[in-house]
Formats: sequence, C-alpha cells, structure tokens
Amino acid sequence: MSVKTLTIDGVDVAIEEGATLLTAAKEAGVHIPTLCHLEGVTDVGACRLCLVEIEGINKLLPACVTEVSEGMKVHTNTETLQEYRRMVVEMLFSEGNHICAVCVVNGNCQLQDAAIEVGMDHTRFPYRFPQRDVDVSHDRFGLDHNRCILCTRCVRVCDEIEGAHVWDVAGRGPASRIISGLAQPWGEVEACTSCGKCVDACPTGSLFRKGSTVAEMEKDRGKVEFLVTAREEHKWTR
Amino acid sequence: MAKIKLATIWLCGCSGCHMSFLDLDEWLLELAEKVDVVYSPVASDVKEYPEDVDVCLVEGGVANEENLELIRIARERTKFLISFGDCAVTANVPALRNMLGGAEPVLKRCYLELGDANPQLPNFPGIVPELLDRVRPVHELVHVDLFMPGCPPPADRIQATIEPLLRGEKPVMEGREMIKFG
Repeated sequence: MSVKTLTIDGVDVAIEEGATLLTAAKEAGVHIPTLCHLEGVTDVGACRLCLVEIEGINKLLPACVTEVSEGMKVHTNTETLQEYRRMVVEMLFSEGNHICAVCVVNGNCQLQDAAIEVGMDHTRFPYRFPQRDVDVSHDRFGLDHNRCILCTRCVRVCDEIEGAHVWDVAGRGPASRIISGLAQPWGEVEACTSCGKCVDACPTGSLFRKGSTVAEMEKDRGKVEFLVTAREEHKWTR
Repeated sequence: MAKIKLATIWLCGCSGCHMSFLDLDEWLLELAEKVDVVYSPVASDVKEYPEDVDVCLVEGGVANEENLELIRIARERTKFLISFGDCAVTANVPALRNMLGGAEPVLKRCYLELGDANPQLPNFPGIVPELLDRVRPVHELVHVDLFMPGCPPPADRIQATIEPLLRGEKPVMEGREMIKFG
C-alpha cells in the first residue's frame, strides 16, 4: 500500500493512502475536536466540529471524512476554525432544548465537553425552543428528542456493530429526527435487541437508561471500540 | 479609593445563584471591605435600583414585564453587567414553558385546568406582572459584559470571577472550572 506524506500544523506525517485527516492528525499528536466521530464505526461528517483548513483549497473540510493526499498542508487550529467551531456548538445548543440543569448526563456529556473546549460561555443565536417528543415506550431505555444533535452515532452503531438497524433519520431540515423501526414507538420495534449500544454511543442525554436521574448517568464511551477490537483482533480485555 | 458599587438582581430564577453567592462564607467579609452592596434581594433592603452602579450580577431569565423593566433600568445604570447562572445565560429551566407555545397555554394549564376550588387566571394589573410570551436569556434583550454559566455557579467560580474584577481586570472564562453549564 502506498504511503502519503503531508504536514498537519507543521508536523510531518507519513500515513497509508486512504487514511482520513483525523487519523493522520491523531498519528501526529494533533488534537482535533469531534462529536459525531465514534471509534469503531464509519464516519459521516455530520457535526462539522472537525473542520480543518487545507492550503490551496478554498473551503473548510471535515477531517473525519477527508482522505489524506500527497503534499497536503493542513491547519487544524486557526482563528477562523476556532470561530467556526464555536459557532457550530452554539448552533447545536440553540437548535434543540438542551437544559443541562435537568439532564441525566449533566457533567458526563460530550456536547458540554465540546462547549467547554471551544470556549462557549453563551450562544449568540436566538434559541428555537422546538416542540419535541420523548419516547419512553421501551422497557429499559428512553429517547429524548429535545437533546438529540443528530450525530447519528446510534444509527451507525446499531447498523454496523449490533446489526439490527433499528435507527434511522427521518424528515428534512429542522424537522429531521431520529426514528426507530418504521417510525414506530421504540418499544414496539421487534428488531431491537435491547443491547444498549446506542445508549452508550449517544454523546448527550438523548438516549438514556430509564430510572437514571439528573447528572447520575455515565455512558460507557469505549464500549464500541472495545467490541470492534475484540472481534477484529480477538483481544477480549480492556 | 472609593468602594466599588455592587448590585445583584433576581429575575426569573430559583435564587440558587444568590444562595451560591452566600456560600462564599468568610470571603464575603473580605468582599464587604472592597464593595458597597447598593442593591440586592439578599443583602440590602433598597427598593429602587440606584444610579452609577459599577458591577451587577443578574440571576434569572426575563419572564415577565417586571423582569424586563428591571433589566433595562439595571443596564442603563450599570457599567459592568454579568449574566449570573444558567437562567440568565440560557433561560434554562424557566424556559421549559417556551416549548408549550406562549404564556396563555401555560396560564390556562396551571390556573384553569389544574385549578381546584376556584379556577381563575391571576389578574391584578400593577401588582401581578404580566408574563411575557417567552422566557429569554438576558443577553437577547440587553448587552451583557460577562457570562458566568452554571446551575448554580459554585461559590469558588463566583469568587474566581469577582476577584479579578476587584483589581480592575477581566476574568478569563475558560475551562470546565469557569464555564460549565448545568
């Protein structure tokens, strides 16, 4: 396999063809903030938090779905990027109903982490306060659309790791939402194995275990990565 | 040197931020040497928001006519306005009613549908302030100079925010210690 050489924030990187910029940055020890990226499942570039600047290319590209190419000069932390990343997080907060004070994952939330990382202390965009449902028809889990950022981690985990494909995205624009089965209540979807991988994959409090209360729930963020390593490399410990 | 004129105001919030302010314990004594509390629901009995206030901590979102009037007066008469806590910064829990679509359905639900013996809408013009259609964060209505999120912001974050201000410096709101929501 051929190797590509490039620089990321001035650091020289040599990496196999086909790798993404996000992987290459990791290799080079450069941190790029992410939200929809989840180790172990395919990337989709849904959240736009990992946008980077590439010399000679006139637009910002998401590092998680952009492949490396020979001689690329990548910048991951310019002022423009910092500004856009902050805007992305502000928009995520003002788009849904994220009320941290009454959320099960308050303190263990990757959207909160992203806000802290990009230095967001308030949002400059007017809050939309959309009317959204909560689905608690499942025996063990619940889905709160108010807190969903449409990262589709649940969709990908259920499809690619569990193989049940319970989740999908329906609707367009502001009406987009996660659906289970054929837009049925989650509890009525026979394909659901109740494995809970989607719940652990979810970065916010949108998918939760029933009975958890405010700030009480911690998600097992490494579960999917562990399962993939276990299957592919037969390493069963972590 | 003249003392710094400090005010705190309480709009639509649970007073948790003010309670957290009182959690500053002994440091309040140090603070008292450097500031005059010119207006505050927990530290003074002044009814009228005074002129020429240096710093004001605003707790709560803007939910009714009275909140709106007070925040406009406070902005006009204050040099440095701080959004104090999640309700002021994001509208937070009071804004849960925004999803129900305006003040009317909320009032009807509370006072008519759930009213026991004598269901009626509260109506005392000039005494009971009218609800605004939406609860809004402070910075959507007036300019805010600094944001201190948290529900409530813990006492050490309040101290870390106020201390630099007393020295005439702007605090650096960065990292989980200073800007965490919830």
